[in-house]
Amino acid sequence: MRIESCGKTFADGTRALEPATLDIARGETLVLLGPSGCGKTTMLRIIAGLELPDAGGRVLFDGNDMTSVPIERRNVGMVFQSYALFPNMSVADNIGYGLRIRGMARQERAARVAELVALTNISGLENRRVDQLSGGQRQRVALARAVAVRPGILLLDEPLTALDAALRDRLRGELNRLLRALGITTIYVTHDQSEAMELGDRIVVMEKGAIAQIGTPREIYFMPKNRFVAEFIGAANIVEAPVENGHLVLPGGRQPIGGGASRAAAVAMIRPETIWIVAEGGAPLSGIIDSVSFIGDRQRMVVSGASDKLLTIDAPNTIKAQPGERIGLLITPEAVRLLPAEN
Amino acid sequence: MQYGAPGQGRHFFMPHRTFVWLCLLPLAVLTAAFFLLPMARLVVTGAEGPQGLAGYLAILVEPRYRATLINTVLLSAATTIVTLIIATVAGMFLQRHRFPGRAVLIAMLTFPLAFPGVVVGFLIILLAGRQGLIGDLSNRLFGEKLVFAYSIFGLFLGYLYFSIPRVILTIMAAVQKLDVGLEEAARSLGASPWAVQRDVVLPALGPAFVASGAIAFATAMGAFGTAFTLATNIDVLPMLIYTEFTLAANFATSAALSVGLGIIAWAILALARSFSGSAVAAAG
Repeated sequence: MRIESCGKTFADGTRALEPATLDIARGETLVLLGPSGCGKTTMLRIIAGLELPDAGGRVLFDGNDMTSVPIERRNVGMVFQSYALFPNMSVADNIGYGLRIRGMARQERAARVAELVALTNISGLENRRVDQLSGGQRQRVALARAVAVRPGILLLDEPLTALDAALRDRLRGELNRLLRALGITTIYVTHDQSEAMELGDRIVVMEKGAIAQIGTPREIYFMPKNRFVAEFIGAANIVEAPVENGHLVLPGGRQPIGGGASRAAAVAMIRPETIWIVAEGGAPLSGIIDSVSFIGDRQRMVVSGASDKLLTIDAPNTIKAQPGERIGLLITPEAVRLLPAEN
Repeated sequence: MQYGAPGQGRHFFMPHRTFVWLCLLPLAVLTAAFFLLPMARLVVTGAEGPQGLAGYLAILVEPRYRATLINTVLLSAATTIVTLIIATVAGMFLQRHRFPGRAVLIAMLTFPLAFPGVVVGFLIILLAGRQGLIGDLSNRLFGEKLVFAYSIFGLFLGYLYFSIPRVILTIMAAVQKLDVGLEEAARSLGASPWAVQRDVVLPALGPAFVASGAIAFATAMGAFGTAFTLATNIDVLPMLIYTEFTLAANFATSAALSVGLGIIAWAILALARSFSGSAVAAAG
């Protein structure tokens, strides 16, 4: 699947999506990630066939130009944020709707519906009405309905956003297993970076209608291309300081970053869990603990004096440290990632 | 500011129930005076004719009354169905599309809301009467004057003109509340535009059809002004009541016919409501 320089400008002149090109491999799960209004849903709707791209944009399925083919003939499966289950049909009729439209015989249809009911773990609900289902059950029905027609591509638009946090975590794992088991090409839209990390083979981070970075979850996390990606994915310390001979020159010391380059001004990212707390003098960088919050599996410390801004550190939960204490901060050169300067 | 001593200015506490009953009092008086009493009198009058209670039976037995009754019900049903079809197609289009002149068009469509039936009848005569536009046109084209204002078709047109504005606004409001996601979901599953209408849109509009259809039907059943202006060759129930009442001074029959008209309209509406009850609940 490929989308080629697809942009979208709405009738009122709003540019929702800058022309973007994207290739999706067969069987891959691609996540479109970004804050609301970044164009991720617009891109999904262009792929689905619910929006036409601006002139010049093309949508290709297996090399065939599908740009002007309406959604009903694209053989896509779609799960909506609101689930959009048909209120005038039972659960089984909802799941079987696409099959009925395709003219599948009643018995065959019933067998396929039963298969999906088992797969999505909703046995016993077949004859319920949609308004008698919980949020999690609705989500499963929506997924079963989208998958029932054996779509060439599965499109999910924030499918877990409407659920509460605990259920979201559980369903995320279930969804992941299901998508792997089906081996279906999937495009998944979300604003939740942990969902993107868990589900995505690759993540497309989007900002203001443009693609900011495409990469595997690891690439996106460890090697963000710019400040937006660094800050949007996980927690990040963004440090602005000059570089001398391969060292960041900070108020709390000179932090090696590898190499021997010099730059008058640089922007660097340091992840909170890559900073190790050692005794003062045990590291080139030092600072004073401002606050310690015990979270359980780790403790989050805020350190002042080391950098131009406060540094956030995720430390092991066994370290005993008090606010006001002066400590050393050990950071490997590889953990410091230089980002392009802001313009 | 001065504060009163304890005990002074204490509130008079009225039990909540008494308060509610007091609030209901005006409604109770109004209902009794202007609704229940005259209705009861009407029912009694209907049985005071020479035939007694059998006067009510005459509505169904007497050929003229029965034919009028059937006419009226069929005309009202046809008006309701055609109104719903036209109003749905037009309402859906008007709600879903933005184009220059849209606001003006909606205003024009709802303009006849304020017209009395006589004016509607007058408009139909201007259109299809003996000196009407259509007659004039057909005379020039085919040498024959087409006149149907005074037939049941003219009456039907008049009723349509009368009910479309009432129905179209309800339908437009219902269309606005439709979840576009449902239509997109159906399309993503392969449904053609027709299938989307059949399986998603029309079921969702069901409650609006019943509500606005009921009003259109009841209005058509009781419409008098239009019938009075147009119905020279045909009889509808309100016209019959008028004739019996003012011309024949046949109070008993006109009362019985009135009660019959009320009961039939009410029964058909109740039937429609219970029939759509499950659909309404399912669409909930």
